[in-house]
Amino acid sequence: MTLDPVLLSRMQFAWLIAWHILLPAFTVGLASYIAFVEGLYFFRKREVYLRISIFWTKIFSIAFGMGVVSGIIMPFQFGTNWSRFSDATANIISPLLAYEGLTAFFLEATFLGVLLFGRKLVPRWAHFFASLMVALGTLLSSFWILATNSWMQTPAGSELIDGRFFPKSWLEIIFNPSFPYRLAHTVVGFYVTTGFVVVAVAAYLIRSRRSPEEGRVMLSTTMWVLLGLVPLQIVLGDAHGLNTLEYQPTKLAAIEARWDTAKQVPLTLFAIPDQAGETNRFSVDIPDLGSLILTHRMDGVVHGLKDVPPDQRPPVAVVFFAFRIMVGLGFFMLGLVLVGLILRLRRTQHENAFFLRACEIAGPFGFIAVLAGWTVTEVGRQPWLVYGILRTQDSVAPSLTGPDVLLSLIGYILAYVIMYPAGIALMARIVRRGVARSDAHEDMIESGRPQLPILAAATGSTEQGQ
Amino acid sequence: MTLDFVPLWTLILGLGVLFYVLLDGFDLGVGMLFGLAPDTASRNLIMNSIAPVWDGNETWLILGSVGLFAAFPLAFAIIIPAVYFPIAAMLLALVFRGVAFEFRYRDAEHKTFWDHGFCYGSVIATFMQGIVLGAFIQGFKVDGRHFVGSSWDCFTPFSLLTGLGLVFGYGLLGACWLVMKTEGPLQARMRRYGVRCLAGVLLAIGAVSVWTPLMSADIAARWFSGPNMVFVAPVPIAAGLFALWIWRALAKDGEVAPFLATVGLFVMSYIGIAVSLFPMIVPHRYTLWQAASAPDTQAFLLIGTLILLPIILVYTGWSYWVFRGKVRADVGYH
Repeated sequence: MTLDPVLLSRMQFAWLIAWHILLPAFTVGLASYIAFVEGLYFFRKREVYLRISIFWTKIFSIAFGMGVVSGIIMPFQFGTNWSRFSDATANIISPLLAYEGLTAFFLEATFLGVLLFGRKLVPRWAHFFASLMVALGTLLSSFWILATNSWMQTPAGSELIDGRFFPKSWLEIIFNPSFPYRLAHTVVGFYVTTGFVVVAVAAYLIRSRRSPEEGRVMLSTTMWVLLGLVPLQIVLGDAHGLNTLEYQPTKLAAIEARWDTAKQVPLTLFAIPDQAGETNRFSVDIPDLGSLILTHRMDGVVHGLKDVPPDQRPPVAVVFFAFRIMVGLGFFMLGLVLVGLILRLRRTQHENAFFLRACEIAGPFGFIAVLAGWTVTEVGRQPWLVYGILRTQDSVAPSLTGPDVLLSLIGYILAYVIMYPAGIALMARIVRRGVARSDAHEDMIESGRPQLPILAAATGSTEQGQ
Repeated sequence: MTLDFVPLWTLILGLGVLFYVLLDGFDLGVGMLFGLAPDTASRNLIMNSIAPVWDGNETWLILGSVGLFAAFPLAFAIIIPAVYFPIAAMLLALVFRGVAFEFRYRDAEHKTFWDHGFCYGSVIATFMQGIVLGAFIQGFKVDGRHFVGSSWDCFTPFSLLTGLGLVFGYGLLGACWLVMKTEGPLQARMRRYGVRCLAGVLLAIGAVSVWTPLMSADIAARWFSGPNMVFVAPVPIAAGLFALWIWRALAKDGEVAPFLATVGLFVMSYIGIAVSLFPMIVPHRYTLWQAASAPDTQAFLLIGTLILLPIILVYTGWSYWVFRGKVRADVGYH
């Protein structure tokens, strides 16, 4: 078997982005959560919010650091492996990526320092403001990256001249048809992911009696937030699906494993798609429900995969199953927040051991759902890199050989196999130590950054005052 | 065609890359010297001297690469795949180096591992950047809009020389930074390392200066023909004077002077390379104008850059001001 540089480059990109996306999935939500808790502390002035904020800020600094180093790798991939894509699309996507650097990294870098070290150096409102700016930075970063990604999914505002894209309208490029839906669905997904991590940690802190007071506060506030966000996410997912039906019908057909265009299509709960045979080998269907869900009409038309030639269809099984994993996890999360509401009304949300255990188990579910959702949208876009225009196989650097890419892929695999478990273990260590036990000395050693003596004394006194 | 944004973008990108080289240069250099520190106390000091600023410095790498992609995408699409392995190795090295700051303090059992990651990560990242520089000066095998050579073409005797040269160069920047930030025996040690690195840099600069014109008649003509010579002669002369200043300041009791003089030497070397290659951005093949992105693209990004870049510079300057002065080992520094 010969090594295919295209396939290996795709594996390399998938490996790098899959690990990288876990960090924004966490830090985007966590930055907002920290700002939220800082806001509670600022307005309500209860010490418990301060302790919670300090606890999560420590975890945030590790995740953020890992996000930075894994993020630096990403733009270089466009050059090292996908140079023909870069040459073709640079006029459109490069300013969007550059604006991410200029707007988001700048805000994050500036105010992260204040957030981490400036608590006693700046007035309280300014510290709260810094936490808001860090959160805003992560959201701006999401804005630009998802604008870029959405343009690749539903290109607009540009024209193709001699194989290269040229801008016609920046507003249309940025606010392309799928962007608002993708942005909302992704950011809320990140928030939900973080929410379930917070809930899992809170449940652990309560169950293990490490920091029951803080755990209860975290659990209670976050379950309220999730009670709003999880149903919202399902609605947004539905709207995103309608958008996909309109602009990327083939992707939607793959999501539903639907081969033939038809009215009144059933909802396929489970199937084994057969790409070569252009059929499903086995399926569990509910009549008419497919049209109702996908088009919001009983007799709505859903396009099938056979509308396009076989070489323009994505790998159906991957998209089909990834979508079901995402949706399944989504409804499990919905069930959990509803159970939480019932227990809250009975005033046993913080005591029910079964519920707390379920919360702990659900901790990583958001990450799995994010990865599954990302697989649906990116694999579902295949075989295109820019949907309907530029093929993935025509985008790789012509100079690359299979062994070249294999070698770099091995390097990236080894690096992440070391870095990620180490980082996760360090974050878990902070969690196991609990909230209240973080004393001043330990924090200074842990911070990993020098502080001005005056700053150190200030943070020290804050923490001793707990 | 409306306005020509290419000169402005050349200036912005040129300054961006120079900032990256100077800023990440000294902290990569500090990372390398970290491996030569005699004991844990001085290792902690050395690390502390850059901990608050390193991630800001590395942000310039992103701005540099994305800036090249945005302003001169053809150059990005040709050069980056041509230096596939140096880039991959640099990125991997930067991963280990970057997480070491957080991890070595939180992960006491594996502190030695992260310390090595920090030191060797710095060495490898620097060496690979030097190889990229050398390969860039030598030029690439191009067909149409693509690099068509092999991914191993970039490893040549010349690029290995520039790789080694940059290790000494960043080492010199790092040593001078530490002379500025430390005191006593550690500072004296850094003065000695600085002098050795200076010797290495000067040998490398000398070799490159002889080798480059021999490689290319164009470059030779630029430096050694008629009236040109008068205009470009100040560059090597100034470089020599800066080198002399570095040596004297290191040997005597200069605190800030060695660092400033080293910045001068770097700027002169940078200008020297620019004189050799301008106006080519893919050397020997495409000019800045040929490689430029669409005017609409350059204009759209220029608006934001002109507003945001000064703000970033102000912030960067402010953060250096906050962490000015000698680095101390007492409370607050871990």
